[in-house]
Amino acid sequence: MDFPIYLDNNATTPMDPRVLEAMLPYFTNKFGNAASRNHAFGWVAEEAVDYAREQVAKLIGATEKEIIFTSGATESDNLAIKGVFEMYKEKGNHIITAVTEHKAVLDACKHVEKIGGRVTYLNVKEDGLIDLAELEAAMTPETILVSIMYGNNEIGVIQPVKEIAAIAHKHGALFMTDATQAVGKIPVDVNADGIDLLAMSAHKIYGPKGVGALYVRRKGPRVKVTAQMDGGGHERGMRSGTLNVPGIVGLGKACELCQEEMESEAKRLSTLRDKLQNELTKLEESYVNGNVEHRLPHVANISFKYVEGEGLMMAMKDLAVSSGSACTSASLEPSYVLKSLGLSDDLAHSSIRFGLGRFTTEEEVDYAIEVTRKAVNHLRDLSPLWEMFKDGIDLSTIEWAEH
Amino acid sequence: MAYSDKVIDHYTNPRNVGTLDKGSSAVGTGLVGAPECGDVMRLQIQVDENNVITDAKFKTFGCGSAIASSSLATEWLKGKSIDEAMTIDNMDIVEELALPPVKIHCSVLAEDAIKAAINDYRVKNGLEPIAVEKSHH
Repeated sequence: MDFPIYLDNNATTPMDPRVLEAMLPYFTNKFGNAASRNHAFGWVAEEAVDYAREQVAKLIGATEKEIIFTSGATESDNLAIKGVFEMYKEKGNHIITAVTEHKAVLDACKHVEKIGGRVTYLNVKEDGLIDLAELEAAMTPETILVSIMYGNNEIGVIQPVKEIAAIAHKHGALFMTDATQAVGKIPVDVNADGIDLLAMSAHKIYGPKGVGALYVRRKGPRVKVTAQMDGGGHERGMRSGTLNVPGIVGLGKACELCQEEMESEAKRLSTLRDKLQNELTKLEESYVNGNVEHRLPHVANISFKYVEGEGLMMAMKDLAVSSGSACTSASLEPSYVLKSLGLSDDLAHSSIRFGLGRFTTEEEVDYAIEVTRKAVNHLRDLSPLWEMFKDGIDLSTIEWAEH
Repeated sequence: MAYSDKVIDHYTNPRNVGTLDKGSSAVGTGLVGAPECGDVMRLQIQVDENNVITDAKFKTFGCGSAIASSSLATEWLKGKSIDEAMTIDNMDIVEELALPPVKIHCSVLAEDAIKAAINDYRVKNGLEPIAVEKSHH
């Protein structure tokens, strides 16, 4: 085993060497500008981009003309939300999203509010899923877009996308999904799911950073977005800027590999994830956050009560994981996603996210289990809250000192 | 964030972890912080008849810096008179542990815990609590 062990694949993934291999020629001898229509250098680049467009489209059941290359999922989310709002604001000014969305969606929605839009932020149930009846009730004739993520980045919960899309369409609104964590990990099909716009990113699927795509439906209905960047009119006028040819080639290759290996990989990862989760919840007062059935195969978010997440990560120094805690003087606020599940602040501070990936081995998971168990026990020995809990003191009866 | 060696040392080998008899009149207990803020520190001192701190123990729920700050505080408290202990400043802890700016909060918590423990001891022994300034560095 090589240390430290990387279990933070929701943050980013290492690039697959097969992806790098596909990209390399496009940095050096095949360096042409894909927009150079009058010589061989340009044609070679254009051909590579076209091929990548097919690879990306195929993974999500789209056609190649529906794929707009961007710099990543954040840009795709921004282009979709702001672009739809500007294009359709004559029709209505209302957008619906959820409180557990990624900041790229939430902040783009905040921007829309500043320029005259109205946004409804749906709460989620205890398991992280939105309430379809609440969505239905929030729909108005003014609603032009419903934006709900496919799989959550912190807890891995998969939303009932198909049902959400159906509700949006019934009321004449478009359905967009930030599928950054889901694409390549589980089957995503824009037609079967009823998706009109979809954001994705290469670096979450073993591709390079700095490149992503936005799917924009072309038929039934034909969706249009107002460009957020003005320039040479690349990408059917929706996203100007010289194409990142090596990055796009990498994204394409990454999509192809995911498609080939998704089924076996999802099975392997969910088995490892379940092992990790089952072993760790054997520790007293440990809880899995979010719905355990409708969930991405590689994510486990666990709260270890009476232990603080950042302190815990420090005791697991050979493990790269992530915590929902934010123990800094600047912001004491723990994860808004965990809090939206109704978790108390202290439990949200006590959470660790384990994100497994293509290169995670069983040996590494076994090691992670052992290290986490030891760390939790060590820190509980240090924890006054654990001592109080063991002494049968109800912590909610204590008047905590302000600080 | 990269922690200093001293933080890592205190975190890995915390000094004086434990619990003193809260009921004893020779023991002062300071419990500060709140679970919802992500850190709770409990510092206890054992004081002899000459007002000298003969023992100190801590338990902390919090990040590495909070644990290191309280561990260091117990080391500093031992052997000091309670008047001397009252002068321990959070910035001394920041300096000793080379805490980054975002973790200064942890040193403030440690200073508050020291003062709370001393005042608990004073009140138990019929003395007025010392007013604690709320303005920290």
